[in-house]
Parts: sequence; C-alpha cells; structure tokens
Amino acid sequence: MKFSEYLKYLLIGTAFGFVLMKSEVVSWFRIQEMFRFDAFHMYGIIGLAVVVGIISVQIIKRNNMKDAQGNPISIPPKDASQVKRYLIGGSMFGLGWALLGACPGPMFALLGSGLTIMVIPILAALAGTYTYGLLRDKLPH
Amino acid sequence: MFDILYQPWPWYVAGPIIGLTVPVLLLLGGKMFGVSANLRHACAACNFGNVEFFNYDWKKAGKWNITFLVGSVLGGFLGGFVFANPEPIALAQSTIADLQAMGIQDFNGLVPDDLFTWGALGTVPGLIVLILGGFLVGFGARYAGGCTSGHAISGLSDLQLASLIAVIGFFIGGLLMTWFIYPIILS
Repeated sequence: MKFSEYLKYLLIGTAFGFVLMKSEVVSWFRIQEMFRFDAFHMYGIIGLAVVVGIISVQIIKRNNMKDAQGNPISIPPKDASQVKRYLIGGSMFGLGWALLGACPGPMFALLGSGLTIMVIPILAALAGTYTYGLLRDKLPH
Repeated sequence: MFDILYQPWPWYVAGPIIGLTVPVLLLLGGKMFGVSANLRHACAACNFGNVEFFNYDWKKAGKWNITFLVGSVLGGFLGGFVFANPEPIALAQSTIADLQAMGIQDFNGLVPDDLFTWGALGTVPGLIVLILGGFLVGFGARYAGGCTSGHAISGLSDLQLASLIAVIGFFIGGLLMTWFIYPIILS
C-alpha cells in the first residue's frame, strides 16, 4: 500500500469517528435509550445508514462498477445456513453491546476522545476474540 | 460558524454519512466496511499459541482497516475532545428516570462516571461492565462474523439474510441485558 492509500483510509476513518461522536452513537446513554425504545435517535441513524447503504450497493452492483484500482467490486456473500452462529454469536454480542454501551467502532472513538478507561474493554474484547479463536471448533456454527 | 462542529448532529445527518462509508470503501479499494475484523487482525499479529483461526497474513488483509481504525481514534479525539459538546446529551426523560432509579447519578458526559472511570474498575458493577462487556463484544462479534458495522450496516446494505439474523441476535441479547440483567448488576 502506498502512502496515499494509507492517507485515504485514515481520512475516512477520521470522518467515521467524528460522526460517531457528533451523533452520540458512542454514548452508553444512547444505547440504553435505544434498547428501552425511548427515542427514535439510534433507529433513525442505523435505519438511514442502511437505506443509503442499500441504494449505493445496488448502484455499484447493477452498473458493475470498478474500484479506484480498476478491479471489479465483488462482495462475498455470507452463508445464511449457519443460523446458530449468527443467532448465538449475535446474542452474545448484543449482551456485550448493551452492557458496555459501545460496539467496536465507538470503543476506539471514545478512547480517542480522552476516555482512557476504554483501554480495559478494548483489551477484554481482544481477549474475547482470542478465546473465540481457541474455542471455534467446539462451538456450534 | 464553528458551532456545527461543537453541537450534536441529528440522526438524519449522521445516518446518511455513516451509510456512505460502505460505498466509499467499496469504490476506493473494494473493501467491505467492518470494524471488529481489526480485533482479529490484532490477535493474528500476536497469535500466541499458534491458533489456526489467526494464521493468515494480517498485514495483507488488514492494513487498510487498521489504518481506518487509527483514523476513528483520531476522529474521536476531534469530535469528542477538540470539538466536544459541552452540554449533557438530550436524553429521553423516561430513560433518565429509569437509570436514576437504577442508581446512575452522572448524566453530564457521553458515558456515566458511575461506571466509566479508573475508580469504577474497583467496583463490582464497573468491573462487570468494562471487562465482561468488552469480552462479550469481542467474542460475540467474531462468533457472529461481524459487529454493528459489518452486519447491521454493511451486511444489511448488501441484503444479506445472515446479517439480518445476526442483527436479530444483537437485539435479543441487548434487550435481555437492558431489561433483565442490568438491573441486577446495578443493584
């Protein structure tokens, strides 16, 4: 990867982290509010993000668009027959998301905002990821 | 003029910008947006004990995404420190009342000081939230093959049934935690 490539991804990541902050998606309070169905805020954000995502992916696919390097854009399909994996794994993620009030993106954005305690859940998330890698063969998928 | 950088952004501004991350990454480099893959890349970079799941060329697969993640930290610094909103979040009154009843006292920042300080790490609720919460996020994201960005944003944008099942799982777990388990943890 060239320097300019790194710069591109760095800038997109910066914009992403900035929006996470400004929209308060990173807030433990907003996640509590969402799971209590007390406000439309989070549903509006996720809902509109998905609408914009669906429209743009359809445009990209239907026009067989290529990326900046000229390679065809292909999105690998996910295997929906692994219902257990998505349902059990997803539920475990949901338990953690509600408990910590932050998913992976917000964990790192909050760290950047000066909340140094986020180092602890980030290390715990790495331990969780590693533990999954260790137990993967024994888990239903 | 700079007010807009300090103020919180409404959902109808933030939602489309977050959604645009998907086509921007696809068009720039054919990359699929997903933050939690970086946790796997970090494990692959260390890979103590030579675990098979982490045996891959993480540099080749993940350099772009790790760079994106560094950007997210920088964006957090700009949005949450340099241009931090000085006002408390305009939360729903019912949420504030519920949380106060559960013993939460600090409503000034993005997260309550009751749980998110180094001091809170010495309390049982703080320990559970910070360590068990983080662990479940990391374990669950990899088990489900993605997190909020990978499934709820990227996967749903590509109309993947698997991602819809995962998002239903996110809500099963989230609702159980919020309504039934959290009150016990904070009591």
